[in-house]
Amino acid sequence: MTKALSWARVKSPWLIHFNTGGCNGCDIELVAALTPRFDVERFGILLEGSPRHADILAVTGPVTLQVKDRLLRIYEQMPEPKYVVAIGTCAVSGAPFKDCYNVYGGVDKVLPVDVYIPGCPPKPEAIIDGIVKLIQKIKGEESRG
Amino acid sequence: MIKVPFGPQHPALKEPENFTFEIDGDIVVAVKPRIGYNHRGIEKAFEQRTYIQNLYLAERICGICSDAHTTCYTQAVESLLGVEAPPRARYIRVIVAELERIHSHSLWLGIAAHEIGFDTLFFYYWRDREVVMDLLESISGNRVHYAMNTIGGVRRDISPEKVSMIKKGLDFLEERMKRYIEMMKTDQTVLKRTEGVGVLKRRDAIDLCAVGPTLRASGVKNDVRADDPYAAYDEIPFNVVTHDGGDVLSRILVRCEEILESIEITRYALDHMPEGMTRVRVPMAVPPGETVSRVEAPRGELIHYAKSNGTARPERYKVRSPTLGNIPALCKMLIGCHVADIPIILAGIDPCFACMDRMTFIDLRNGDEWVWTMQELRRRYRND
Repeated sequence: MTKALSWARVKSPWLIHFNTGGCNGCDIELVAALTPRFDVERFGILLEGSPRHADILAVTGPVTLQVKDRLLRIYEQMPEPKYVVAIGTCAVSGAPFKDCYNVYGGVDKVLPVDVYIPGCPPKPEAIIDGIVKLIQKIKGEESRG
Repeated sequence: MIKVPFGPQHPALKEPENFTFEIDGDIVVAVKPRIGYNHRGIEKAFEQRTYIQNLYLAERICGICSDAHTTCYTQAVESLLGVEAPPRARYIRVIVAELERIHSHSLWLGIAAHEIGFDTLFFYYWRDREVVMDLLESISGNRVHYAMNTIGGVRRDISPEKVSMIKKGLDFLEERMKRYIEMMKTDQTVLKRTEGVGVLKRRDAIDLCAVGPTLRASGVKNDVRADDPYAAYDEIPFNVVTHDGGDVLSRILVRCEEILESIEITRYALDHMPEGMTRVRVPMAVPPGETVSRVEAPRGELIHYAKSNGTARPERYKVRSPTLGNIPALCKMLIGCHVADIPIILAGIDPCFACMDRMTFIDLRNGDEWVWTMQELRRRYRND
């Protein structure tokens, strides 16, 4: 049963996207990755609206103080096992908003992150590459566990 | 009376924002916006960085209208310095600004199609949008943050080979856009969901200080490019597109026709671009003074205010983005609409936030409370 579940998980990683105060640049690139030119659906990736249906939390933005509680709540609502991808330099390290008074400066300050995708913003190709790397990571875990 | 919180997390796009709707049956009677999920403290950060560093910060205020923000910023600093960008640079600014408008409007048209449940059209728009993204990438080297503007001009020139490449791309976009306009005007799926929805009357639009395509869709001829020309707009002939409907359909048509207008402006600018240098050298320290700079961003009038105290860093910097100007008008147009129309009306102003994922419904009569996701709401009203 577990084997069947993990096999299905690797074939259809569903994403949920949350912007934590970024400039929108990464968000439009993430959506562009879903559209015909790049088409991530060929990897079984689907953008899902509800955290309860999602396997991967794709976070953009440097995490503002006001949005932090929401981010944690969305993370807590996701079923196990769950993975977090930090998309863009803001989500990776907070730059260029690193010293601003209202940001935490990076998703890993609040959540455990599995894959970092740097770039301002990363191109859709880079986002796809990052997510495929995450899929390989999940595969590796499954063959070990 | 039912209270419906909306947001702050939305699956498809953009920034977090929260709205509370009071609902009587299926009709919205009151709207309370709650903004600030995206507050990063950029204005304070402006004061701690030098003018050159701020150029990159200004770009990152918004990823969709990044060029509008840097144009506005460089204009403000240039006016403090008393320098003017060379003529070729001003034309290049126009070209990049108009290509950005094409990309931003086609992005929005895709989102609007998605919100009315027409996902096929959403994918068509976004597929064609990649053409203009390629053009921007070939000019500037990046798809989103172009980093074209600098204080005193632009950082990259447009070579003759690129000019012919851009023209080719524009021809393709023009042909596609004409077809889409025809379709939007006649397709029953689009008309049924947008005609007479979210009406903003001309008088209200003016009173509530709406800006950009939202204002022009209510029949008000107002465009910073025409009213207070910057860059090379005073030398380029173009029409300000308006529609009188004031509904979502008018907002769609205004943006579609603005794309055609932008294509014409870009063509004219490419043909009439003067020769010469693309930037002038400017001093590092800025003399004391204050200034206001205005730009027509894809979403409407963008205002930057800068105050200098003679050092290498600004003393105060203020940004008024077009979405903020449209929020009072948005609240007005939402009142009296159906719950099912909330997404498309919210998306109708092309907000630089859009968060309509989770909704809590509270029935005040018996205290019941339940949560709907945007998906469930769509499913309920669209039967998909």
